[in-house]
Amino acid sequence: MHPVVKLVSQRLALGLLLLFAASALIFLGTLILPGDVAQSILGQSATPEALANLREELGLNRPALVRYFDWLFSALQGDLGIALTNGQDIAESIGKRLGNTLFLAFWAAVISVPLAIFLGLLAVRYRDRWPDKLISAVTLASISIPEFLIGYLLIYFVAVQMGLFSSVAMINDSMSLFEKLNAIALPVAVLTLVVLAHMMRMTRAAILNVMQSAYIETAELKGLSTFHVIARHAFPNAIAPIVNVVMLNLAYLVVGVVVIEVVFVYPGMGQYLVDHVSKRDVPVVQACGLIFAAVYILLNMIADIVAILSNPRLRHPK
Amino acid sequence: MSEPLVKVRNLKIGATVYPPGEKPHDIEIVHGVDFDLQPGKVLGLIGESGAGKSTIGLASMAYGRGGVKITGGEVWINGRDVLKSKLRDVRRLRGAEVTYVSQSAAASFNPAKKIMEQVIEAAVEQGKFSKKDAEARARTLFAKLGLPDPDNIGERYPHQVSGGQLQRCMTALALCPEPDLVVFDEPTTALDVTTQIEVLMAIKEAIRDTGVAALYITHDLAVVAQVSDDIMVLRHGNTVEYGSVDQIINNPQEDYTKALVSVRSIHHEEKAPTSEPVLSVRNITARYKGTNFDVLHNVNVDLHPGQTLAVVGESGSGKSTLARVITGLLPPRDGEIEFAGRKLSADLAGRSQEDLRELQMIYQMADVAMNPRQTVGTIIGRPLEFYFGMRGAEKRKRILELLDEIELGESFIDRYPAELSGGQKQRVCIARALAAKPKMIICDEVTSALDPLVADGILKLLLELQKIENVAYLFITHDLATVRAISDNIAVMYQGKVQRYGGKTEVLSPPFDDYTDLLLSSVPEMRLGWLEEVIANRKMESAGN
Repeated sequence: MHPVVKLVSQRLALGLLLLFAASALIFLGTLILPGDVAQSILGQSATPEALANLREELGLNRPALVRYFDWLFSALQGDLGIALTNGQDIAESIGKRLGNTLFLAFWAAVISVPLAIFLGLLAVRYRDRWPDKLISAVTLASISIPEFLIGYLLIYFVAVQMGLFSSVAMINDSMSLFEKLNAIALPVAVLTLVVLAHMMRMTRAAILNVMQSAYIETAELKGLSTFHVIARHAFPNAIAPIVNVVMLNLAYLVVGVVVIEVVFVYPGMGQYLVDHVSKRDVPVVQACGLIFAAVYILLNMIADIVAILSNPRLRHPK
Repeated sequence: MSEPLVKVRNLKIGATVYPPGEKPHDIEIVHGVDFDLQPGKVLGLIGESGAGKSTIGLASMAYGRGGVKITGGEVWINGRDVLKSKLRDVRRLRGAEVTYVSQSAAASFNPAKKIMEQVIEAAVEQGKFSKKDAEARARTLFAKLGLPDPDNIGERYPHQVSGGQLQRCMTALALCPEPDLVVFDEPTTALDVTTQIEVLMAIKEAIRDTGVAALYITHDLAVVAQVSDDIMVLRHGNTVEYGSVDQIINNPQEDYTKALVSVRSIHHEEKAPTSEPVLSVRNITARYKGTNFDVLHNVNVDLHPGQTLAVVGESGSGKSTLARVITGLLPPRDGEIEFAGRKLSADLAGRSQEDLRELQMIYQMADVAMNPRQTVGTIIGRPLEFYFGMRGAEKRKRILELLDEIELGESFIDRYPAELSGGQKQRVCIARALAAKPKMIICDEVTSALDPLVADGILKLLLELQKIENVAYLFITHDLATVRAISDNIAVMYQGKVQRYGGKTEVLSPPFDDYTDLLLSSVPEMRLGWLEEVIANRKMESAGN
């Protein structure tokens, strides 16, 4: 078998195994919380008889292992259960929310990833000179300021003072793409500022590391321009670490944007999860956890696979 | 005489150094060098490491490696002083008029790009040829340089060809833009002797056929004698002697040049096998985990107390693997090792402290074999504590004795490895091995990274210590001159098998098998015309590793 096929299938298998383990952890986590679903439905004043009846009805008396596999197989078939608080189908509510989250993350990524890599290349090109220092200072400042503060600052200056874009990022299906983009412009800007520094600094460090190699000297002695050397000779050898940090940040864009969603009242997954955690709606929390774990594992698996594919020794064995 | 292609006048080069414990300061590393090079001629720059030869070579492209700065003088190429040119004009010169071949082609090719792309890049980017013409020229050069399958080898990635082939690809890369001058910086040093000679011949023919001028930089006078018209001997950034190749080799004027010409002055009489061997390797067959072929096939050798067994062969012959098996790092698939009259456990974990103490090792790269944050005293003192439980004054006394034995003084005890020269570092490693009072030391290419004169000193020291301590050496090397200098017995290895084994005189006397003949005849000799002679008489090709 070609070594790349072997390595990639290993990664895929490992990813699945990891997802399985994560699902078990999530189930276990909700299991060791005090009280159970029946308790949270009926509240503190429930009689023991009522609790026993409800547990029987919900199948909570069955062994945990049986319930786990039951939950897992339903989840695999797209059935995430019913929310306790409002009786709605979880898969349906999440579907819409997840779509919104991915929409926001996608546009933030489309802007931030190329920008971060370009700024990283630029920082290497003007290493230790003012453009490098300026890029470093600005991106470091933007990552150091809490994201909600950046959010409020943008709302105040851009939306309120200058009257550009909307301070509330509500979107719905009846809006056109342009209207949607207009609505999410500010949260996208905040997210870009938050993830930019990490990716840009990693790009810079990874390329600088490669710049020490003898083949960079060869390229310089061919009389090539500095930017040509960086972009064509150094960058292809720095892809693996860059992709890794890009994927970590994409994962953050999907699962870690609760604060931004709250600031901009954006109907995404984060807000949905936080709402239901506070209401102790266990099935929803489990479902969200499973989806977040899947996103994380998927993105990191892609990073691994890209790293494998970017290695010419693996792609073209002797 | 016509106007020279290259005219260097009073070239001075400086660098910023960062010595430990001192403030960074500037030093001068080349102190005013002059030379001329006519079109189509080859000038050899020769000297030890630190002589400034690579720095001078790169200065002809107005390039300084790391913190190196050209501080004065003139470098005229094709009637222009490149040191006074703008960066844009210098870039037009690099890769078009002057090109560069580095010591390690393996490191100098970008691993992410195909060979062809890299070979033609300078010619195309500099506008010398169209992509199609450059590719055609590259294929012609591949063929001229004797590369296999010249039409398709460019489609491979650098890791898909061998070291010797890659070095030839690098030469093609340098010749592709039809430059006026090529700087060859130790182009064959990293290769096996058997491969070196083929690459050397290819380079020599390519220079002759394309009429390009060359600066040929090396520390090996015998190599440079084969390709140069003139030779400049450098030491500590100064010209020692500058003359025609015939004059330098056959009639050197300066003492330093004479020392270089007559290096390898050690004469060591072979000792007869004494009592029981200290080490018996019996029918060893070994392979690395995850591979499906044996790297060692049924290897049998003996080493007697106080004697030296040289294991010699080209890279990939299995000589270092043999050392790994003996030290227990690679348990063999079959066979056993007897050491000091007892059977050694195949696995390192199963060996006693006594086994470990009596079997020590010295490595090729002395600087990475020492902790840079420990002083010489700590490094040598460690085995004294570990094996003998020595402390305080007793330990210090023993460290000083050892420092004396390796001909370094008391003042070295508080120094750090970074403050030592290459030869001194290797001496400290020898002292560390001796501190354990071993019966046997495995020396893995211990002089390969050193300059010839320094290496000579190390070999003399090792022989001296062998007499005093009666320690046996298993000496792994690819260098036959070293083998001649210090061995009592020799095992010639080829593709994992012991090809020839016996006393030194016996192994090095005819009749030879084909491989030993190839190996012996490939060692460069310091006389003109040797290269052509040996190529004409070869019976087999090298394994090409």
